[in-house]
Amino acid sequence: MTQQLQRILPTVQKPARYVGGEYNEIQKDPATVRVNVAFCFPDTYEIGMSNLGMRILYGVMNQMDGIWCQRVFAPWGDMEQAMVENGLPLWALESQRPVKEFDLIAFTIGYEMSYTNVLNMLRLAGIPLRSAQREGLHNLVFAGGVCAFNPEPLAEFVDFFSLGEGEESTVEILSLYDKAKCQGWSKEHFLREVAKIGGVYVPSFYRHEYHKDGSLSAIVPLEDGVPTKITKRIVQDLDKAYYPVKTIVPSTEIVHDRSNLEVFRGCIRGCRFCQAGFSCRPVRKKSPQVLYQQAAELLENAGDNELNLSSLSTSDYRGLQELMELLFPYCAEHKISLSVPSLRADNFSRALMQKLQTLRKSGLTFAPEAGTQRLRDVINKNLTEEEILTTCANAFSGGWNNVKLYFMLGLPSETDEDVLGIAQLVYRVIQTWKATASNKKRGLRVHVATAFFVPKPHTPFQWEAQITPEEYMRRVRLLKEHFYSKSVEYSYHAPDLSQLEAVLARGDRRLGPVLEEAVRRGARLDGWDEYFDYNLWMEAFAACGVDPHFYTTRGFGEEELLPWDPIDVGVTKDFLRRERHRAYDGQITQDCRHGCSGCGANTMLKGVGCDA
Amino acid sequence: MPRVLFSKTGNGVWISHLDLMRLFQRAFQRAGLPLKHSQGFRPRPVVSIALPLSVGVQSVCELLDFELDGPPVAMEEIQARLNQALVAGVTVQKVYEAGRKLKELALLGCTVALEYDAGVPAGCREAVEALFHQARLLVEKKGKNGPQEQDILPMLHSLDVVQTDGCTLALKAVVSAQNPALNPMLLAAAVERYLPQLRPDFAHCRREELFDAQGQQFR
Repeated sequence: MTQQLQRILPTVQKPARYVGGEYNEIQKDPATVRVNVAFCFPDTYEIGMSNLGMRILYGVMNQMDGIWCQRVFAPWGDMEQAMVENGLPLWALESQRPVKEFDLIAFTIGYEMSYTNVLNMLRLAGIPLRSAQREGLHNLVFAGGVCAFNPEPLAEFVDFFSLGEGEESTVEILSLYDKAKCQGWSKEHFLREVAKIGGVYVPSFYRHEYHKDGSLSAIVPLEDGVPTKITKRIVQDLDKAYYPVKTIVPSTEIVHDRSNLEVFRGCIRGCRFCQAGFSCRPVRKKSPQVLYQQAAELLENAGDNELNLSSLSTSDYRGLQELMELLFPYCAEHKISLSVPSLRADNFSRALMQKLQTLRKSGLTFAPEAGTQRLRDVINKNLTEEEILTTCANAFSGGWNNVKLYFMLGLPSETDEDVLGIAQLVYRVIQTWKATASNKKRGLRVHVATAFFVPKPHTPFQWEAQITPEEYMRRVRLLKEHFYSKSVEYSYHAPDLSQLEAVLARGDRRLGPVLEEAVRRGARLDGWDEYFDYNLWMEAFAACGVDPHFYTTRGFGEEELLPWDPIDVGVTKDFLRRERHRAYDGQITQDCRHGCSGCGANTMLKGVGCDA
Repeated sequence: MPRVLFSKTGNGVWISHLDLMRLFQRAFQRAGLPLKHSQGFRPRPVVSIALPLSVGVQSVCELLDFELDGPPVAMEEIQARLNQALVAGVTVQKVYEAGRKLKELALLGCTVALEYDAGVPAGCREAVEALFHQARLLVEKKGKNGPQEQDILPMLHSLDVVQTDGCTLALKAVVSAQNPALNPMLLAAAVERYLPQLRPDFAHCRREELFDAQGQQFR
């Protein structure tokens, strides 16, 4: 007779994402496995399988003897409903065993709006949500990813966090767990020991206290010897670090359906709103030879016909020219199309774009983020109008007729003049097309998108207030009224979601009950329009007596103790404060390559210098 | 053009038609068997599957045509290398030089299994047999212009109803494979619609064999 799951699968969308069995999936003999890890990605299969961090750590863990790391993704709503109706607990893809049977449950969290998925996945697995409700070593929950840089909203649920790059620390953590399980340690014993591993943060070892006005007054260690500062981990030498060149090839289409090669880590730019730009420092490169070797292995193992070079700003990769000289002939011979996103509008990149065009014509995308030079100086986005227009002119004369321009609304110090500056910049792009287009018959399409600025921890804007959703919508309407051309297609992010993102990004432990309440009321897959329900969230806030504005429109005082202050991502708080003041003065800070601005991240490097 | 005979079973059945083409394109690449590419703005490796298979349906008789771009490789070698590069549930049974013209493919042999968890009800086999012996049998078919009523009997060439075990009634059918094709799962839909008291707990389908108009095996 057909099994329960096999009967459910025909009734749900995209069933292939629930069965595993893809090419290069890791299977192990359960008899040889001492520690089972359920590696959970708090979003759907298509998103999770596109995540490089997950692929790296999946490989790292499965390289270990006696460890079997298996993947778990959030089910789509139809599958969740079928699971609940049929009493089917959440399972891992490789063995199809329930998550509840696993020793360790790991999450990688890159987006605040997936917090409810973390809780919902635990719920669907039948695992108690709160750390305090889980006894013993079994079902220990740990988490990493950029959201762990302010772990407090999840502090009640996650036993410990692993901060920063996990290539090395994950091995240390699993080895310790292996020993602990072997020797039958208590959970408390294990947590005390794991806290000694660099980059590991155990939230239950600290108590948070608050002033009458609601701001944080103290973070009190509850045990002797627990660190007051937890420094994220980094890989020193990327050339020697593990990279997944033999990696799972999904049997169903995912978001980034191509081979992915990370060319370097960190960013030299210092855009003041960008969390990755600061929290991923210091800059470390990979050598072109290593990259070329890995590219060939990746493509041969996967059978892909597209290779993507990824980083925060690929134009800033020092070995780009050399790497391209190696990759171009290979890609031409093997009919591989090469995609290089996040190119800057400089001369070399323009030449590169022209060369890439011979392989494949990709879109022309700019992220000026702000409409006026004044505001771009404030946010330290050193992209000038001239650079944009010159690149556009080149592209238009070469036959391109499609431009995407990304902006943010609600940036610190933004005025209506800055908002209208966006419309003016778009107008000049259209004028440039009229003056330079080689073929006007096909017309021009300018896609303009605005996002709602979300202040993030560990950036110079971490103290900033967020404007209200109403004010954001006023600016959206103001901008919309000033687009006169039919060539412009304008889209904007919904403010409700970005408001919640801001709450969770800078949230503290008092948001734990709100998350729990929201999930109880049915919140999950909040990053998806189909499921996001703002009113449900507002009800959850009200039920818990938490005011979301405390975390958004209030702004944080510069002398205020911040929930994420104990987390050290490398850049110092002094530097961030300095950068904030420079922003107010409209002073740009040159990129790291033109002079070190003393962020402090270079002190994390041993033996080698910062490659900025 | 060389042709692959392959099966799609187990969890392979959840791979959609488009995903299956992508899977084969990659498998050829991984097997070191570069495919001829399409002409045009964005060249893509070309494979072509004779009869698209619905998600969830098993098959032991799928056909895929391809053309290699490079030195000739022995057919057995291609089969071995492809099977190394494919996933569990998608297995190449044979690779051969050139198959018959696809337009000669007319009939499809298949089994629709109706599962009754509490055992096949008494008289079920007879009732189902009788259902398909009427003059016409209208079933709702999802089409481009919404659901449409369609008489499925002209496309049903033969049907054998057998109880294979205590809980399973198998409809062994030969149906029209193309112009127009009959989706065999509509046989189960007909039972559900006209014999609601005999509605199975679960129904699934398997393609068994391909035939030409004369009922000869098609390869």
